[in-house]
Amino acid sequence: MFIGYFTERPYQDERSGFFGATGTPIMDLTVSNESFDPILAAGLYNRYLDEKIYAEEMGFDGLMLNEHHNTAFCMGGAMNVEASILARITKRAKIVLLGNILPIWDDPLWLVEQLSMIDMISHGRLVSGWVRGTGRESVAHNIEPHYNWERFQEAHEFVVKAWTTPGPFRWEGKHYNYRHVNPWAKPYQKPHPPIWLPGVVSRDSLMWAAKQRIPYIMLATEMEPTKQAFQLYHDTAADEGYESGPQNLGYLWKVHVDETEDLAEATGRKYVQGPSNPFLAGNEGTVNPALVNLPGLTSRRRVLPTQAVATAARGGGGGVAGVLGRPYEQQIADRTIICGTPKTVIPKIREVLEYVRPGTIFFWDGDGAMTHDDAMRSLRLMGEEVIPAVREIAKELELPGPFEVDPATNKPMDSTPEVGGD
Amino acid sequence: MATSAQTWSEEIVEAAGGAVQLVKGGQGEPLLILHDEMGHPGWLNYHQALAQNNTLYIPSHSGFGETERQEWIMNMRDLAGWYLEVLDDLGLDKVNLMGISLGGWLAAEMASMSPQTFKKMVLVGPAGIKPPTGEIYDMFLVVAKAFITQGFHDPDGTPEFATICPDEPTPEQTELWEVAREEASRLSWRPYMHYPGLPHLLHRLKTLPTLVVWGKEDAIVPLSAGQVYQENIKGSKLAVIDNCGHHPEIEKTEEFLGLVKEFLAA
Repeated sequence: MFIGYFTERPYQDERSGFFGATGTPIMDLTVSNESFDPILAAGLYNRYLDEKIYAEEMGFDGLMLNEHHNTAFCMGGAMNVEASILARITKRAKIVLLGNILPIWDDPLWLVEQLSMIDMISHGRLVSGWVRGTGRESVAHNIEPHYNWERFQEAHEFVVKAWTTPGPFRWEGKHYNYRHVNPWAKPYQKPHPPIWLPGVVSRDSLMWAAKQRIPYIMLATEMEPTKQAFQLYHDTAADEGYESGPQNLGYLWKVHVDETEDLAEATGRKYVQGPSNPFLAGNEGTVNPALVNLPGLTSRRRVLPTQAVATAARGGGGGVAGVLGRPYEQQIADRTIICGTPKTVIPKIREVLEYVRPGTIFFWDGDGAMTHDDAMRSLRLMGEEVIPAVREIAKELELPGPFEVDPATNKPMDSTPEVGGD
Repeated sequence: MATSAQTWSEEIVEAAGGAVQLVKGGQGEPLLILHDEMGHPGWLNYHQALAQNNTLYIPSHSGFGETERQEWIMNMRDLAGWYLEVLDDLGLDKVNLMGISLGGWLAAEMASMSPQTFKKMVLVGPAGIKPPTGEIYDMFLVVAKAFITQGFHDPDGTPEFATICPDEPTPEQTELWEVAREEASRLSWRPYMHYPGLPHLLHRLKTLPTLVVWGKEDAIVPLSAGQVYQENIKGSKLAVIDNCGHHPEIEKTEEFLGLVKEFLAA
């Protein structure tokens, strides 16, 4: 099993009117960055990097980063900058980017170069995920939402070709045009860094991942629809003539561990008390329905079983406030938040692993209104007790990760990944 | 489909390599009407009035309504070029042309490509030009109903507003709006709702009699863009209607019809 750590890196400013459970309701596109404080943010950026170093020390296999734009709930507007720093200040863990928002890059050659540099500086520890991005990403970088899927696919093909094909070559596609592709930076890993795809909603994306034999990571969805979507991946793989397994699938959800049950509950409730985050169910924020509905961003018809949950959580559907107000207690009950001492948390994680059967997991922690101390207590207990126990459970349940069994072939991987430098 | 009470019909015709939804009605000289960014809103009072003296042709643009999407069309000029072939296939030549909002932009592009195809042109709050003052209201940052409402100075005082934007739209209506928003996005995401070359290309229309109609309180496309249209189409007339938003044809139907009928009859 591959075990990773994730937080959205929220912009936590208790002085702002929109922070915390009693904060003013806010909506995407209605908040000005006038209230942004770079001094405060400097501390937060460094805090989140420090927590990543500690997560590696505590035994996590992967340090996950993501990216959003124009929003307080995720400070990673230029995730590759954080990844570059991690490449240098960490030693062992994979740097898992889930992911770069392919369609919003007008010049993906820059992506080719940046990711190659991160892979080299980290000595081959980059996992390069792609996402399609939400409406706020298309709006922020002003990229045609109706071409989101086309641009995603073309940019992927371009990046992989630029990573693997000796230059120079010309690229004349529908959305990207280059007269001389010959980047003087190439990936450390051969043929190129692993590519993963996280998602929530789109059937097109999940089936595309299965066809490409790319691991698919489901982000904070409920267990039953997640299981159904995973079955679609396995069915698609079978249609493609290969056998997929846990190594092809990942699941990210909220897990917080603490010293006592009382402290765990008090801290766990902070998940829903930070800056408005549509991805944190239970959060007080509201999402602009126009952003959810950006024309053509995702197919209106080809959606996954997780879509109803996701659309609602993003503020679509009928009851925006009702769904975003999905109570903490309900999330505890359905295991989309697991919170407690190691003793109570481990059996609940086991339930999730048995039911969903992922080979990759990410614990989403240290988010919302959680402080650095909250995050560090949990990381320590995860390292001391939870991660070792989960590794044993994964062995017993036969849940290999994508660095144990090759997602493309279902065959055991060589323990040392092939790298460049020959 | 036409019934005995109906003065219009709807059909799917083959034109310019695809299926095109065409609403047709009335009698008299043909008048081609190009719908706005939300699609053909249905047969309204102004259609009925114009149909007394004109045969109205109201096609749905590529991808809108039931018209097949031409995937290669990536911008308004592509659409305009394709549409000229649609007109060829419909046998429309030396035809009177009316375009509304995004349809007005389309009309201006088509006419500047092929002025000889048209006899007279009416532009109603056309998009297509970056206003010298103010900005074109961003339809993609609000939901469909909010955008439609923004197009009216006094929606409550506009009898047909509830017809085109009911409190509880049917699922079919909602779907048509979403289709329209996606197609409008394909034509106008960036630069938003305008083409920088258009003011220059309009110079070619000096021999095409043109009427530009604008609501004085238009909160979608500012009136300043109307002045640019008027200045760049030699001999054109800009008619501004008071207490009126982006849709004079619906909000001030009588005044609008007075202007248009006089212009077409002259």
